Amino acid sequence: METILVSLAGGLLQAFEPLNLFMIFAGCLAGLFVGCMPGLGSVNGVAILLPVTFLVPPTAAIIFLAALYYGAMYGGAISSITLGIPGASTAVATVFDGRPMAQQGKADKALMAAAIASFIGGTVSIILFTLFAPPLAAFALKFGPQEEFALMLLAFATFIGLGGDDIPKTIFSILLGLVMAAIGFDIISGQPRMIFFDMVEFQRGIGFLVLAIGIYGIGEMLWTLESTKGKVQMHSVNITWARMKENFGQIKDYINSTWVGSVLGFFVGTLPAAGATPASLMSYGLSKTFSKDPDSFGKGNVAGVAAPEAANNAASTGSMLPMITLGIPGSPTTAILLGGMIIWGLRPGPLLFTESPDFVWGLIGSMYIANVATVLLNLALIPVFIRVLAMPFTLLTPIIFMLCVLGVFATTDRMFDTWIMLILGVGGYLLRKLNYPVAPAVLAIVLGPLAERSLRQSLISSQGDVTTFITRPISLTCVILALLLISYPLIQKFIRARKANETAA
Amino acid sequence: MTTRTAEILMGFATLFLSLGLMWNVWSDGLNIGWVEGRGPGAGMWPFWLSLGMAGASAATIIRWFQGKTPESRSLEPYIARETIFLVTVSALSILLLLILMNIIGTYLSLMLFMLFYVRFLGNHTWGMTMAFVLGAPIFVYLLFEVALTKYLPKGWPIFEEGFLWLDNFRWQYF
Repeated sequence: METILVSLAGGLLQAFEPLNLFMIFAGCLAGLFVGCMPGLGSVNGVAILLPVTFLVPPTAAIIFLAALYYGAMYGGAISSITLGIPGASTAVATVFDGRPMAQQGKADKALMAAAIASFIGGTVSIILFTLFAPPLAAFALKFGPQEEFALMLLAFATFIGLGGDDIPKTIFSILLGLVMAAIGFDIISGQPRMIFFDMVEFQRGIGFLVLAIGIYGIGEMLWTLESTKGKVQMHSVNITWARMKENFGQIKDYINSTWVGSVLGFFVGTLPAAGATPASLMSYGLSKTFSKDPDSFGKGNVAGVAAPEAANNAASTGSMLPMITLGIPGSPTTAILLGGMIIWGLRPGPLLFTESPDFVWGLIGSMYIANVATVLLNLALIPVFIRVLAMPFTLLTPIIFMLCVLGVFATTDRMFDTWIMLILGVGGYLLRKLNYPVAPAVLAIVLGPLAERSLRQSLISSQGDVTTFITRPISLTCVILALLLISYPLIQKFIRARKANETAA
Repeated sequence: MTTRTAEILMGFATLFLSLGLMWNVWSDGLNIGWVEGRGPGAGMWPFWLSLGMAGASAATIIRWFQGKTPESRSLEPYIARETIFLVTVSALSILLLLILMNIIGTYLSLMLFMLFYVRFLGNHTWGMTMAFVLGAPIFVYLLFEVALTKYLPKGWPIFEEGFLWLDNFRWQYF
């Protein structure tokens, strides 16, 4: 405990260094901006801006991106409430009660509740993070390649078991990402693989950023152009100092939902397939179930705004826990952060705590500061962001497209990658229109090389004996859990069929 | 095209893609099997995973015939008529941007891209358009060339020389 406090103090001091402090504020602002723009969320912001962070050292870069992740969770609520359109998928549940509140002229109360709940959710989850991360990382030091592989298997299994999307399509998406990651030289035998049309460019493989920016930059903008073509109606927000003080006094109306949402969000967030969107929906459902007045939900109950907002912020921190300690991202956004860490020359995984303590504790320290910074910026800048929301899409879109093209070029210095990005972006958009989930592919292309390496390392060390995965206890547990998760949809179907039979008989 | 038609076409497209990937690995002569005492060969990972992709695509096709996915029953248009224009124009404008970057260089093509997008697609005022047309290349130059020290594509030699003439000012005076 003492060592945690000492390291944390070090991290906090590091977060106060001028560059890092600047990065926190810049990240929060960028996050609030992408969060409140309909269609753009944390993952789009992180993917598009990652190439720009090569300007600064890795610690400052991750601080910026983590703050952006954070800010986007706050920002999502702004458009959910004032426009009735979720600013990001993570803020879907905020619309349910946020929209009716705005219609009743209580937009300021909803925005305030969202900000305070987000703050509490963020703070609770960072404290949980600080407590859980070091012991988990220390435990993970025992992991060999077998455990690493089993964990990745588990990560992919969560998509099949808990993702809730069409299962064959989810499997296709995962495998496509894994296969794309294998393009280029084989890391063990050195043989070139899948050099399509004998183009030498394929020898260097397809970087994860090319796919991530293609899907979350180009594809997402095409998707947004399509879905926001209709007219949006904005509700006016009336904010005065007196009303803010009055709203602050009503915190007791939603404080219980907020606590529950915070803790729930953190744990749901750590699961790779779950993340902030289901966490906020679950939190909304839970708070409705345990409410004294469940009928008022959906009609403008302030607890219905606070619960999902607390959960989505908590989940964003939660998803960083497996990324930092195990090297397994807990969400698409952290998958991109993980890929970024590899570009910065860091080795994600349990050794990160011992090899780069400055990086890890600097990040943790910055999350405390970022949380305070975002709530202040959010409350202060609500009027500004409402004006930003009125910005037409034909101005934002060309800027995003430009950043996508140049960002991909800047990471690899190859025009070839920008072509691949465009193809993948359009392809991703067409697949997404048919309900193919795209997040698993992004996770898979980041984890692909790591998964293949750990699989082959384990098999080389066991001289080709496959039982090596089930004779080690931790790896066995992960494999069993993964199998359970994969078969979970089948079991569920079987139970439902039996119930239907019983009721029919 | 209805969503229903789109789904079956996509199912076959992904199936052929997977089979093509398997063929690619196989025809390169990579070892897709087990090396005694060492575990999987170099081609095993991509080959068998592509087989899995083919299996998943086949499952989607079968489920389409059974009418199990919501898409296979939907007769809604795959891409609505009014959005197909916006989406196609956007995708084509990026394609054109990429082509032009190789010919007339990043900066000139970005200016044309902004002009097209802001003025002709967005119908914004000339003032706003000029702010984007002039602001974008300056911003890109400062961010990518000055701060990130990247050499962005400058196109054919004649355009590259023209740009270098401008670039000289930076090195001479700053």
